[in-house]
Amino acid sequence: MNFFNRTVRLLAFAALTLGFVAHAADSARAIIAKAALAETLAQRVETITSLLGSGDESIAGLLAAWKEDALFVYTAPDGSKIPVQLYGDKDDKDSQTATRVDSGKPLLSPAGKPLRLVASELSAVEHTSALRRAMKAVLDLLDLSTPDLKKRISAIQTLGFAQDAEKLAALQARQKIESVPSAQLALREAIALIGLKDASPEVKLASLNELAALHTIGSADALKAALADAEAAHHPSLAAAARLALNAVDSHLTTVNFFGTLFRGLSLGSILLVVALGLAITFGLMGVINMAHGEMIAVGAYTTYVVQNIFGTGLALSPFGFSFHLPGMNTGGWLYESYFIFALPLSFLSAALVGIAMERAVIQWLYRRPLESLLATWGVSLFLQQFFRRVFGSNNVQVSSPSYLSDNWTFNDIIFGWNRVFVIGFAGLIVLGVWLVLTRTSLGLLIRAVMQNRNMAACMGVRTERVNMLTFGLGSGLAGLAGAFLSQIGNVGPSLGQSYIVDCFMTVVVGGVGNLPGTVVSAFGIGLADQSLQQILLNPVLGKITVLVAIILFLQWRPAGIFVTKSRSLEG
Amino acid sequence: MSAPTTRRIEFIAVAVIATLLIVVFPLLNSTGVISNFTLNLWGKYLCYALLAISVDLLWGYTGLLSLGQALFFSLGGYMLGMHLMRMIGDLGQYRKPIPDFLIFLGWTELPTFWKPFSSFPFAAAMVILLPGLVALIFGFLAFRSRIKGVYFSILTQALTYGGSLMFFRNDMLMGGNNGFTDYKFLLGADVRDASTQRALFIATAVTLVLVYLGCSWLSRTKLGLIQRAIRDGENRVLFSGYAAAGFKLFIFVVAALIASVGGALYVPQVGIINPSEMTPDKSLEAVVWVAVGGRGTLVGPVVGAIVVNALKSWATRAYPDLWLFFLGGMFIIVVLFLPGGIVSIPVRIKTWWARRAAANAATSAPVAP
Repeated sequence: MNFFNRTVRLLAFAALTLGFVAHAADSARAIIAKAALAETLAQRVETITSLLGSGDESIAGLLAAWKEDALFVYTAPDGSKIPVQLYGDKDDKDSQTATRVDSGKPLLSPAGKPLRLVASELSAVEHTSALRRAMKAVLDLLDLSTPDLKKRISAIQTLGFAQDAEKLAALQARQKIESVPSAQLALREAIALIGLKDASPEVKLASLNELAALHTIGSADALKAALADAEAAHHPSLAAAARLALNAVDSHLTTVNFFGTLFRGLSLGSILLVVALGLAITFGLMGVINMAHGEMIAVGAYTTYVVQNIFGTGLALSPFGFSFHLPGMNTGGWLYESYFIFALPLSFLSAALVGIAMERAVIQWLYRRPLESLLATWGVSLFLQQFFRRVFGSNNVQVSSPSYLSDNWTFNDIIFGWNRVFVIGFAGLIVLGVWLVLTRTSLGLLIRAVMQNRNMAACMGVRTERVNMLTFGLGSGLAGLAGAFLSQIGNVGPSLGQSYIVDCFMTVVVGGVGNLPGTVVSAFGIGLADQSLQQILLNPVLGKITVLVAIILFLQWRPAGIFVTKSRSLEG
Repeated sequence: MSAPTTRRIEFIAVAVIATLLIVVFPLLNSTGVISNFTLNLWGKYLCYALLAISVDLLWGYTGLLSLGQALFFSLGGYMLGMHLMRMIGDLGQYRKPIPDFLIFLGWTELPTFWKPFSSFPFAAAMVILLPGLVALIFGFLAFRSRIKGVYFSILTQALTYGGSLMFFRNDMLMGGNNGFTDYKFLLGADVRDASTQRALFIATAVTLVLVYLGCSWLSRTKLGLIQRAIRDGENRVLFSGYAAAGFKLFIFVVAALIASVGGALYVPQVGIINPSEMTPDKSLEAVVWVAVGGRGTLVGPVVGAIVVNALKSWATRAYPDLWLFFLGGMFIIVVLFLPGGIVSIPVRIKTWWARRAAANAATSAPVAP
């Protein structure tokens, strides 16, 4: 065993130093073909080992086929031997398509026609355990050279965490030719991690210093192990270096957590802001306790779902015993991905229309009875929830994020999801938009006038009924926009709105009712507090409960919220 | 009708219904005329009626729409539920002397706070103490900072929501989202026995009648007067020199206790308690009962709780898909067209009749020559 390992290592070295030259001449396929035809086992092992360090994509498939006895040697009529791979469905004569191992092209008869061969009539290329081990060594290092950067880095990291000294040579060889900085860093980390297991204290020390300089989060476990080893071996300088490295990792981790929490807090704050802004208008400005606000969010989310399906393959719905099929446009590529751009205005519109219908049907009779508007809108909310269930089913529906929202940036180990970044930016835009509407348009002027003093505005000739309707439509539409966003972040289901309604009301109440800047401040405040508490208490639910308690206590101190709308009226 | 006559009619009605519930129904059940299932169902309705009275005491009489009553209802249920869980003894799935879910969570012996619940008097005291304390602290904070109207509703809703989140957690050691179930014994009697269920029904009915009489007495005292004054014009009450906060706190705690006792009676009859009983939705549902029955009266909530729940039992079986449409629609219609609820229908018909008669009299009256 040990002998074999050493051979492989030696061979690996030989292959890595000399082999690269050979690669330029022989493709990986040609080498495998050569190995298949080699006469002795030693030659086979040697030829396969020469593949070490190659990242060719054909290797994995061919070696797997070899191991599964699907690689054969075909003797051509002229007596030459050609290694072939058989695959595809067997026809009635048990024959399958054959491709040449050396070129990947179909095997041709002398007449130039593709040949079909029967597996049982050919002899499979043999493999022994030594050969399989050589193959595994090649396969293990295969990803090290793959052109896909993410895959390559993850392969490097896997090798580093395994701390297997055998893989050191390959990593070092890769280090010499690696040109991408992030992969270089990963290689340094991996080599240092393997160095921790080295016998000589000097190498260990150097590795520890390297890891302290790199302070990667992933190395923490290996460092702890190294520290324990050093202490067990009574080696003070090593233990000190390990401690230093661990401290470096810890302080880095603290920084990452801090900024990660900050980012998550901002993103949660933006979500709260987006969902609560509509409520800040309907509840804050108009005084309607809209318990169906959450369902307006769901209307927006379902609109996004429908739009997505129209851009895709269409959607079959069967509400209330009817069934109909929404035709799909079957688009693909960038056009399909752009569905979200179209979904945004549509979800605003659909939620606004539902809101206006609700205002006309129910709420307009209840402006003087706020508590009862709470009850009636809750009735509407039950109604809508059941409606969603009947139309879209009671399970969550699948909304897929477009690729420009589903990736992330990793900067200094802090992960920035694009959808979260997008929500933060979008929240800013919505707030700006609402502010412009309220302060720079005539509708905004009318809205503010009616909300300040409904009777006086009516006396001045403002059609308050119409303004109410439009204001409610605006608030509901904003909820719809929020729904379009939530569909990118979480699940879309009939009770989507329910999970946000309490948070929405809290945000508005803490901010100060009727005060939009207050809503902005309180949304970010609650978002940051929630995420920080989760980080500290290490428990999301406990964090949320603490936030609720904190809000109740906060209202002791400022019963009317952060920003109080000053009024001389007794009832405020 | 003069006041004493109304009082006498009310007294007779209460006496008749009380006799029906406490004596006649259980008797009919023991002779087999009323099935065990029906009696059990009605026991559940009566517990809901207690919850509805607690909502009405706050909303209809004091103008405080509390969406936190489901929390107190389930807290009461949980306290008695803990005792019932202890009474399972070693008859659980794992044949161990501690509740199954604790074993499932890896506990080998009882957590300290569970220990006293082996005693029934302690559990019964906790049914009163814990919800009372929660209501006292929350109410003190809320009323001290003059949180009222809509804000009070939203805050109580948040309180319930927070409570349900807490009880959904497994490390709360209260059964997580499965809650407590599979009870065996209560006070030495088998809870699944028909006679035990009958006794529980009688206990619920007696409690309901007592609560009804108590609240009816309370509304006639000076305190009841101030209560309604707070509802109709809190600032005037303040300016007249009454500390409204103290009165509101008292009512809030009393209402919490009524709900809690209702919950404690509910659990052994229904056989399960879990955190979904605690969600804001359940509170709102109780508000629907009151609205439908008629708020600001004591009969209203009882009627509402029974009618809506009987309807629910029937509709969820006959039209399971349409029930929520029905509930939502009923809510909207009652709020828009029948603010006084079912109990106001006779009065409405009477005034409508009187107005029609007056109109008829006016048109048919001979014109003076």
